[in-house]
Amino acid sequence: MERTIEEINEKALKELQAASDHEAIKALFTRYLGRKGLVTQYLRNISKLPRDKRPEAGRKANEIKRTLDKAFKEALKRRLSDTFEKDKEIDISLPGRMTLQGSLHPITQINRQICDIFEKLGFDIVEGPEVETDYYNFEALNFPKNHPARDMQDTLYVSDNIVLRTHTSPVQIRTMERQTPPVRVVAPGKVFRCDSDVTHTPMFHQVEGLLVDENISFGDLKGILTTFVHQMFDERTSLRFRPSFFPFTEPSAEVDILCVMCRGKGCRVCSQTGWLEVLGSGMVHPALYENVGYDAARYTGFAFGMGVERIAMLKYGIDDMRKFFENDLRFLRQF
Amino acid sequence: MKVSLSWLKDYVSIEMEIQNLADALTMAGLEVEAVSDRYDYLDSVVVGRVVKISPHPNADKLQVCEVDVGKRIISVVCGAPNLTKDMLSPTALPGTVLPDGFILEKTIMRGVTSEGMLCSEGELGLGPDKSGIMVIKPSKSVGDKVAKALELSDMVVELDLTPNRPDCLSIIGIAREIAAIQKTNIRYPDISLSESSDNISDLTSVTIEAPDHCPRYAARLLFDVSIEPSPFWLQDRLMSVGLKPINNIVDITNFVLMETGQPLHAFDFDNLVGNRIVVRTANEGETFTSLDNKDRILSKDMLMICDGEKPVAIGGVMGGLNSEIEVSTTRILIESAYFDPVSIRKTSKKLGLKTDASHRFERGVDPDGTITALNRSAQLMAEIGGEKLIKGIIDEYSKPVRRKTITLSTKNTNRLLGTRLEQNEIKELLESIEFKIEKDDQKYNQDKLGVIPPSFRVDIKRPEDLMEEVARLSGYNNIPATFPVIPAEDRHPAKQLTLRERIKRLMIGSGFTEVINYSFVGKQSRDLIELASNDPRRRLLNILNPLTEDQAVMRTSLIPGLLGTMHRNISKQVKNFKLFEAGKIFISRGQDNLPEEIEMLAGLWTGSRFDISWHFQETDCDFYDIKGAVERLLYGLNINNPEFIVMPVDSCNYTKPGYTAQIVSENNLLGLVGEVSPQVLNNFDLKQTAFIFELNLHNLSTLIPETIQSKPVPKFPAISRDITMIINKGIESRKMLETAENFDEELVENIQLFDVFEGGHNPAGKKSISFRITYRSSKETLEDDLVNHIHKSISERLVKKFNADLP
Repeated sequence: MERTIEEINEKALKELQAASDHEAIKALFTRYLGRKGLVTQYLRNISKLPRDKRPEAGRKANEIKRTLDKAFKEALKRRLSDTFEKDKEIDISLPGRMTLQGSLHPITQINRQICDIFEKLGFDIVEGPEVETDYYNFEALNFPKNHPARDMQDTLYVSDNIVLRTHTSPVQIRTMERQTPPVRVVAPGKVFRCDSDVTHTPMFHQVEGLLVDENISFGDLKGILTTFVHQMFDERTSLRFRPSFFPFTEPSAEVDILCVMCRGKGCRVCSQTGWLEVLGSGMVHPALYENVGYDAARYTGFAFGMGVERIAMLKYGIDDMRKFFENDLRFLRQF
Repeated sequence: MKVSLSWLKDYVSIEMEIQNLADALTMAGLEVEAVSDRYDYLDSVVVGRVVKISPHPNADKLQVCEVDVGKRIISVVCGAPNLTKDMLSPTALPGTVLPDGFILEKTIMRGVTSEGMLCSEGELGLGPDKSGIMVIKPSKSVGDKVAKALELSDMVVELDLTPNRPDCLSIIGIAREIAAIQKTNIRYPDISLSESSDNISDLTSVTIEAPDHCPRYAARLLFDVSIEPSPFWLQDRLMSVGLKPINNIVDITNFVLMETGQPLHAFDFDNLVGNRIVVRTANEGETFTSLDNKDRILSKDMLMICDGEKPVAIGGVMGGLNSEIEVSTTRILIESAYFDPVSIRKTSKKLGLKTDASHRFERGVDPDGTITALNRSAQLMAEIGGEKLIKGIIDEYSKPVRRKTITLSTKNTNRLLGTRLEQNEIKELLESIEFKIEKDDQKYNQDKLGVIPPSFRVDIKRPEDLMEEVARLSGYNNIPATFPVIPAEDRHPAKQLTLRERIKRLMIGSGFTEVINYSFVGKQSRDLIELASNDPRRRLLNILNPLTEDQAVMRTSLIPGLLGTMHRNISKQVKNFKLFEAGKIFISRGQDNLPEEIEMLAGLWTGSRFDISWHFQETDCDFYDIKGAVERLLYGLNINNPEFIVMPVDSCNYTKPGYTAQIVSENNLLGLVGEVSPQVLNNFDLKQTAFIFELNLHNLSTLIPETIQSKPVPKFPAISRDITMIINKGIESRKMLETAENFDEELVENIQLFDVFEGGHNPAGKKSISFRITYRSSKETLEDDLVNHIHKSISERLVKKFNADLP
């Protein structure tokens, strides 16, 4: 035995004190307490001592081993947190290497939300042409030529017989011509009117709905639209159906919702009325069934339509409809 | 349509609060747009006390008053004869707009400041007297608003009526609805006439030569007329709904128009050649001066009211200057007619002339209301002017408008509405708005009602129209909300729609922001992108009535929209961005045909590759960035192995030659990707370059595999070997890859290009190109020797084929 266990202990503690970093401590640990470490070797060599000295030496050596082990572990722990504080290898506050996500146009997003709700209610999505014949846009929808109802929409004309569709309603006719009841569709799309101000743009988006089968009632129309409004806005948004006029529905109803801004108290958005007009609707006019060859005595149904921009403006708090088509990225990137 | 509460109350008692009335009308389908007090214009007119009067230093007829207007004393220059100290009089303060349109301002009158105006009742529209300033009782408080002090209030309701309800374009029409809402009665005006002994048929005649345009024409004559201002009550009624009084005869025709909805016209009988009326269509190209002193060119389908030789009015639209009522008029003919709505609408549209009369005629007036309105006007004229009413009426009614009885089934009504109404309830509701029930036990029973709509409800034609009336009157909000019961069906989602959404999501994942541009553009846009003369996209669909020249044609490409958007954003100092748009383009097949609508996707990348950050050096994006975006999209859609082929020169003028690729897959041309040509950048006034791509969404959709077939993952390890060759710069890397792939070596799993380098040690005109070839067997672990052997063979063949050097 060259050295006593006390000497080894003393030296180990001294060297541990001097160890500057994590790696040095690890090396010292191996040197003293590792499989071939000094303390380990000392313990192994106890068997070579005279029998009577062995218990005492063993007890002492084991105790030193325990205390040294503890000292090393503490030193390591201390060193680790010191390193963390002092060296700070990375600045985790720096922004990550993100690839920028683009964004969907707000109209696309709201359009999707609207269609999602109706798809869950069992409606199919259908589309139709954006340039239409007078027949599909007006005549088949019971807007006779030279009827004042045509003034309800400022039409952009291509020729006497061809128009930019003023509403998505032509898709009603096209769908009924294609299939027999039950018909349950929504038709999103672009529509065009000769109109431009804060609340009108010459192009905008509508979602049209049509449900035709036997025994469909005005009550069903109310049920479906109430569900839609509750899902699109929330359950507190009450609805009001009031008589109106559309040539292709009879009875016709405008659907107002309780102002989502003021909850009916009256504000600028609802022109102090507490209500917002968001949907036009009604029971499909029998003239349409006659035009598409459905049995008007057998089938009843309802149709509705809404402006996507109008709903987007309410959902996002946008006050100028023209913003949707200026495509200012500072605007679009907010969505 | 404006109605005043005071006028309505002549026909119906109204107990409701105005707001409740407005709500009730809205809920009955007569949408109230605004409610206001007609005396709101008196808001800045207050009760003033004249505290001091002194002569005007520079004008004999004027005096200078000090008027106490409550909070202060103002100086007012006044010329009224009845001015006395301490009198109370309405004092209009600057900003007041008087009924005649005069805007009051603080002025200097002959050197003396006047800060307001003492007003007569005539000036305030409160009475006929204009002789002196209005005197207010001394008991009123100085400084109070005049409307309050005089208890002036009359609510005016403005209605936005739908085109199906012309019956409500009158005070009586609205009163009728209010009576139905309140379940009270309406009081129609009593009409009693005292006629002279002369017989109208001895004095004049009416000939209808165009009965299709004018089914009914009625007339009366009044002699010994003196044209004067109307009595104040009549003027007041007209002013309450925003009409301007003119003279007694014109005012009465306007009054009856507003009251009954029947437009009337008064002619100077002495200006009618032959003292007779002929109703006929115009001669093509004939000119006519209407009352508004404008020359109108007529066409042969326009209905004209003529005398014995010439037109005197555009029927149902506007009278003529040649038969106007003038101060000298003493004998008049009053017209009350029913004109065909379509005829009137065509004429009004063609002439671009809309009047109160044409508005009503084109929607449909009450064909049975003609005589009532005529008699009502005759009564008022006789009462007011004391004129001589000639006995009798001329009533040419060759084609009576017939009302049909409509059969209404209670069962069908309840089925359509989702209600459980009894037949009796339906009957009572309809009767409350003057519908009659036909009694015929043979035809009608417990389910079926025979309903005769009143003549003024020209919109009621079918049972469904009656059902709407029933629903409207019982209240839409009282119909319970239910859910339709429809069986599930075998349905397929629309492929195009799903694809579009998938594409949009992939694009935003690549950092592109979606834009939506107008589908119409300016005519010049095809030139701005330099489309060749034979390009089908030059075939524009023109809009006949565009709002602006920039929106005059349907777009035939998405590119001008994207470049325009780029320009707008750069002008707002946003310079680095990626945009895309999915939408239709329209290729004309002639103006009388529907165009070809093609759904396209286009993208644009401009500015730097990355947003400025500490990670990346700010470098400009280039061709490979936009190409990468397209590749990523196609990869995301499972479209494998798209080919990018150099765009032949002159095939696309809006991209730069040599920097443009056609995108092809399975022999389908999908679109292009490239750099915008300098000329086009210049056309859009763009200073920085941009890279674009364009894809045809329909062609794209046909290439997307319906299903994905999975393959087993490899069991044995791969070995890769690199090869670098020095080749001519002009050789496309794609060619080398294809060639290597075509060697068809069974064990080659993948060939990856990983380096291209020009310059350095490479000789001029050469580039070095490096591939990594991965070898793998599906049956065993490959031995190095075997791989080396194959790799050497591939390398040698490539070197030979491309005349390459090894480094």
